[in-house]
Amino acid sequence: MHELSVAQCVVDEACKAAAKEGAARVTKLWLRIGALAGIVEEALRFCFDVAAEGTACQGAALEIERVDLSVMCENCRQPRTLAERFLFVCPECGSPTPEILAGQELELVSLEITADAAADS
Amino acid sequence: MQPRILELRTKILKKNDELARQLRAEFARWGVFVLNVVAGPGAGKTELLARTLSCLNAGYRAAAVVGDLATENDAARLAASGSDVKQILTGTMCHLEAEMVRGAIADWDLNGCDFLFIENVGNLVCPSSWDLGEDLRVLLCAVTEGEDKPLKYPTLINTADLVLISKTDLAAAVEFDVAATLKNIQLVRPGVPVLLVSAKTGQGMDDWLAFLKLRREEKQQRWNTDNSAARDSKSLS
Repeated sequence: MHELSVAQCVVDEACKAAAKEGAARVTKLWLRIGALAGIVEEALRFCFDVAAEGTACQGAALEIERVDLSVMCENCRQPRTLAERFLFVCPECGSPTPEILAGQELELVSLEITADAAADS
Repeated sequence: MQPRILELRTKILKKNDELARQLRAEFARWGVFVLNVVAGPGAGKTELLARTLSCLNAGYRAAAVVGDLATENDAARLAASGSDVKQILTGTMCHLEAEMVRGAIADWDLNGCDFLFIENVGNLVCPSSWDLGEDLRVLLCAVTEGEDKPLKYPTLINTADLVLISKTDLAAAVEFDVAATLKNIQLVRPGVPVLLVSAKTGQGMDDWLAFLKLRREEKQQRWNTDNSAARDSKSLS
């Protein structure tokens, strides 16, 4: 359950950035998570709600963009997207493809922030 | 006030990455070569490290920190080698983070220490994203785990700089297929060096120790070159 550590970092970074802007609350967060980052989305969502409790991120929506694993095939001189099984061979020519172009991301892309302290209740 | 969008484009594990970078710089300054040893539970990390520390203690200074959820058993086993050893108890945490390593080594003087081994928590998933400032990430796969372990846990294996196939003394008993395992490792981490080792019989230990010493020397040379280049550019300016 390393997703709890990741969620804790998301909340910490978001709260820090929001406070710097003088915002009282974070209402939405956009994340980019690579296929190879080893994150189970459901687990991250669950952990985020736990980590966000009592912070400026409480109740915020989580938008997660998944990034496919893509590699460079030196033989074809083409970027290739690999399937979820993560076999590092070119799907076209079968050459080994050690060079990763994308798919390791663990990024906090942006936040939606507001100065209003409470939700619309 | 209308809600507004704040662009961040920051790494989620930024804090850990920064700390790891600081640790890496400190390790380089002290001249210590650092290994992050990862594996599933029961792959033989502690047995391998105990033997490795004992072998290195003739001629080198080596230290180890070891992470477990509970008990100090592993630290006690490693301390028998005579090396400095510290246990990190993670409670429920499934991996080590840079902060824990920094805390564990805070009261050590590692200046002049040759090797620092960080034995991660036994887990083949969670340690992958946490940089500990290591020079080399070593992944152990025991012959008793079967040939398809690399295919089942590609995310961690893909971050390994070296794979050790451990417990080779048991290979015949479990009808272990070396060729199939090597093929599977290369499928998920093309080009990674692989060594076969048995901490029990000592088979393969020489190759493993030679690999460590070579990598450490290479790091020292890089560090010396970088430093003399920095000195040269300073004296020129």
